[in-house]
Amino acid sequence: METYYAPSDLKKFGNIADWQENLAKKFFDWYGDVFKAGDLSAREKSLIALAVAHTVQCPYCIDAYTQDTLEKGVTEKGMMEAVHVAAAIRSGSSLVHSVQMMNKAKKLSI
Amino acid sequence: MVKSLHARHHQLANQARQVEILENGLFAEGRLPSFQKKIAPLGHLPLKPTRIEIFQVNVGYMCNQVCKHCHVDAGPDRKEIMTRETMQLCLEALEKSNIRTLDITGGAPEMNPDFRWFVSEAKKRRVEEIIVRSNLTIIVSNPKFHDLPQFFSEHNVRVCSSLPFYNAGKTDRQRGEGVFADSIKALQMLNEVGYGKEGTGLLLDLVYNPVGAFLPGDQMALEHEFKTELAEHFGVVFNSLFTITNIPISRFLDFLLESGNYEDYMEKLVNAFNPAAVEGVMCRNTISVDWQGNLFDCDFNQMLGLGVNRKVKGHLRDFDLTELEKRDIVIGQHCFACTAGAGSSCQGATV
Repeated sequence: METYYAPSDLKKFGNIADWQENLAKKFFDWYGDVFKAGDLSAREKSLIALAVAHTVQCPYCIDAYTQDTLEKGVTEKGMMEAVHVAAAIRSGSSLVHSVQMMNKAKKLSI
Repeated sequence: MVKSLHARHHQLANQARQVEILENGLFAEGRLPSFQKKIAPLGHLPLKPTRIEIFQVNVGYMCNQVCKHCHVDAGPDRKEIMTRETMQLCLEALEKSNIRTLDITGGAPEMNPDFRWFVSEAKKRRVEEIIVRSNLTIIVSNPKFHDLPQFFSEHNVRVCSSLPFYNAGKTDRQRGEGVFADSIKALQMLNEVGYGKEGTGLLLDLVYNPVGAFLPGDQMALEHEFKTELAEHFGVVFNSLFTITNIPISRFLDFLLESGNYEDYMEKLVNAFNPAAVEGVMCRNTISVDWQGNLFDCDFNQMLGLGVNRKVKGHLRDFDLTELEKRDIVIGQHCFACTAGAGSSCQGATV
């Protein structure tokens, strides 16, 4: 069945260089550096990536960073906690905007 | 308890069938490059030994556990067990060859009735280091094994224990219900006699292998994680953590095929091929012996029934170190597991 997202497309990520080699190279070099251990460990960065993957709802990123966090020894509970952090920020973001709604409603109302 | 593939007369209990699956399909169709093709440009075809430093003896396939990833297909129903006569041949081979390390594995090697005799006799010889690959739970499985930590320490055996994760969930899923709790008890007993503690000289290493179809992460980072978690929650200490990549044979191959992960896993291994890891593959400094005294390039080849190259004598009776060190090592597509990422061996990462 044809779908917009094919799991096998993740393996073709490198092919973006076929149409713009220079920019792709810059991106992949930078990407590689981003995930190297710095003040944050490679494990922490992988968990952030997993959480962000759920926020941007990218199935490729979810596949990639589920595997990566497993490889880095994160527990399944820990992985789910990371997704809850992403979800909490998402919902918090909606809810905190309701202050604006309240401000506006109060201003408009007698 | 789950039965071994062998007891279930599963198609993968047939070694030739496993080799057929590994060599055909992806590799025969050219969808993935073969191991031979990958190592040839590096000047490693044929793959040759460096110097044999490790004499790894599999004293039998019997085990008190039936782990889902076991490359041996070990379990309580396996009856293959090394006799004292064959152990004697091992000792003779060690004596005339000056190999420094005796590495005893299984199954659960402690279940061999002559296990203690073998260790004691090896200790009397010139062997510098004796390693026992213990599954830990055997120590608490029966009162007759409760004094194993004491026995190990008296013979200064290096204990190398499997523990795939620092919590019960993942460990028990791979190794069986209650295995984690028993492993922790056994580790505490080993710590009590001094294993893993500074200044005692008693080495206790843990072996980590992924609980599933993915590669092991960085060995040092995982060691740090294990040390922190085991010390904090259970007061357990150990020396080193060795990461081992699951080899796509036997029960792990069964899991890969059943779960639909086989092709992706093989591709992952091939894509992670690290030329630097070829230098340090363990078959270059190890010789593996099965329960009957047959010789193999590694424990994995042993389980695939791939004996040492036919041009050399393949049994302990005719053990000739010089001849063995000149042999061509038998390779196959399963070898990609030892060259992926940071490399993998019974001593952990190789790069």
